[in-house]
Amino acid sequence: MSLGEIIRESQVWKSIFRHPMPTDRRNRIVVMLTNFFLHLHPVSIKKQGIALSYTWCMGGVTFFLFLVETVTGVLLMFYYRPTLEWAYNDILALRDVLSLGILRELHRWGAHAMVITTWLHMYRVFLTGSYKPPREFNWVVGVILLLLTLLLSFTGYLLPWDQLAIWAITVGSNMARATPILGHEGPGQQLLTVGGIDMITNASDARFGLLGARFVGEETLNRFYILHCIAIPLVVALLLAIHFWRVRKDGGISGPL
Amino acid sequence: MHGSHADYLRDVSGFLGGYFLAIALMNAVYAFTMWRVKSRPMAALVWTAVAVAMTGISAIAWGGSPPELAQPIKDYINWLTGPVIYSVGTTVALVVLFVFRKFFVNPVVAWIGLNLSLIFMGLSMTDSNFGAIVMKPDNVPIVGLVFLLGFFTWLATAKGVENDERIKRGLPPTEKLDDEKVLVWPDLVYTELICMLALTAFLLVWAICLQAPLEEPASSVKTPNPSKAPWYFLGLQEMLVYYDPWNAGVVLPSLIIFGLMAIPFIDFNKRGNGYYSIEERKFAYLTFQFGFLELWVTLIILGTFLRGPNWNIFGPFEYWDPHKVLALNNVDLSQIWWNDVMHQALPKAPPGASVLREVSYVLYREWLGIVLVLAYFLLLPPLMATTIFRTFFLKMGFMRYMIMANLLLFMLSLPIKMVLRWVFNLKYIIYIPEIFLNF
Ligand code: HEM
Repeated sequence: MSLGEIIRESQVWKSIFRHPMPTDRRNRIVVMLTNFFLHLHPVSIKKQGIALSYTWCMGGVTFFLFLVETVTGVLLMFYYRPTLEWAYNDILALRDVLSLGILRELHRWGAHAMVITTWLHMYRVFLTGSYKPPREFNWVVGVILLLLTLLLSFTGYLLPWDQLAIWAITVGSNMARATPILGHEGPGQQLLTVGGIDMITNASDARFGLLGARFVGEETLNRFYILHCIAIPLVVALLLAIHFWRVRKDGGISGPL
Repeated sequence: MHGSHADYLRDVSGFLGGYFLAIALMNAVYAFTMWRVKSRPMAALVWTAVAVAMTGISAIAWGGSPPELAQPIKDYINWLTGPVIYSVGTTVALVVLFVFRKFFVNPVVAWIGLNLSLIFMGLSMTDSNFGAIVMKPDNVPIVGLVFLLGFFTWLATAKGVENDERIKRGLPPTEKLDDEKVLVWPDLVYTELICMLALTAFLLVWAICLQAPLEEPASSVKTPNPSKAPWYFLGLQEMLVYYDPWNAGVVLPSLIIFGLMAIPFIDFNKRGNGYYSIEERKFAYLTFQFGFLELWVTLIILGTFLRGPNWNIFGPFEYWDPHKVLALNNVDLSQIWWNDVMHQALPKAPPGASVLREVSYVLYREWLGIVLVLAYFLLLPPLMATTIFRTFFLKMGFMRYMIMANLLLFMLSLPIKMVLRWVFNLKYIIYIPEIFLNF
């Protein structure tokens, strides 16, 4: 018996994979049904649905980039402390001290790429009319995913705590100051007064809620860190599960009737 | 100045040598497929010649004197990238691409286009101003985005045009031909594996070649000029030129998200579901393309590459001079009406007037703008329902039609405001700074 066979005949292997290698038709079907990761997929699929020229594999690429971001992100968290004292220096050390220091590069370029592939995926779904019934709801889930992808990228942009970071976030979040009614420079903010006291000030408006302070500071760093590393990824993961589930439930990848 | 240009050329010559060599290789592969796969020896010969020429240019670039764009051409392009010509020009270009799409989907035409744009990029890189913006690490992905969008738009259009022709002849779309079922293992699983490996390799190379940016430590007193939001929000930041923040930063983005979500419920057209097509859903197609390619992507490109210090526009080959001063003499509609038409000062409540009195003065001052905006959003929808959108209105019902009409009008208000700005220097149609309500 070859080594491969010994392994494949062992009790341990068989406890994990409950069937022989997927080399014949029967086992190729069984593998799709018994493997947790593979059961995301159907057993068989229309040839058109997996044509690269049709889907561009863009949703899949986006999902893979999300996984890359998760893994590199967890590794980055080992080295990074979200405080004014350490944030910048930790990033600096990632480049200068860590050997093979491309962790940050992988994470940053992966993030840019994910924004782009999400757009391209939406573009493909639109151009094939795949949002039409019965897939309306999945398109809506997708739009929320798009928004969350942008927010993930935006909240991460602040974390290096360099000039690029805080000013990009300052410019971006200044808008919230002008939120109608809820921003202290927004139209109609005078409406929220109680007994002559203005309720919407620069210490209580929408921008303050976003930043946790009147300007981009340590509270903002903490807030964005938690949003970036925990809150948004969790929501994205949940929505992705729904998104994939619905692709199957809506009849698989779209195609002409 | 001259010495530094020579230094700059030396710095980029290695990169450009590799760059032109890559173009040469690309054309060599193309020539090879022409010869072996397509059996078109003449075409193969032509593209081999291109590959040889590019190899020559590559060698010259490596030698330290890469070919450059002539100054008059650069000046001309700088002039072209003013906001008016840029916006009108990109719109016209998209219209031309759309109208003559049967011509542009021809692979040879597309290949020539790709070559020309790559060569143009290569020549432009010899300009240090151009190089400085394009090679800014966070801007590199946008260059990628432009080429990817170009490719995928071409691909989708090619498939759409083919399907449209088939449908006209009574044939099903090409997607229908691959109707048979295959097993996911191995067909899909292996494709995914290869995609993952290729992507991992790509990311690794990218990460090794290009270092992530890290500027000086954050300082809340040193404001950079220009201060830019992350690139994917630069379309929104560009809208700040034409709108106040409450609109550009809050209302319009919310409407974009809401509008995107509403698409499946607005589009009542049952055709064009599950295959590429243009003729089957022309209105939806054109609206989306205009919104995405023109109002979103080209504004991002403008904001990233052409907006410099003080948010002035700079041509791609122009030095980002922080002292460049542009006369700003924008006026509001109420000023035009009262000062220029009525030849009198703006109406103003006497000091100490009651709130009610003050409000009525403001309304009186801004009456023209308020009437115009109300007419735009309240009168146009019913008007369109009885004219150009008659069939839409009948098929969609009141609610859906109203939502679509208002979303459309909001979307179109951006180009309208742009044109008003360029032609009349008009800043606000309604200007009520008293309550931050400027439109
Ligand atoms: C984090 C972002 C996203 C991920 C990871 C993701 C992933 C996927 C995947 C893997 C598929 C299977 C087919 C394919 O690869 O094309 C899919 C399908 C789909 N996605 Fe997404 N998606 C994302 C965002 C979006 C967005 C922004 C939209 C639209 C606004 C969208 C709408 C859809 C729809 C309607 C389908 C079904 C398409 C069909 O059946 O042809 N998704 N998505």
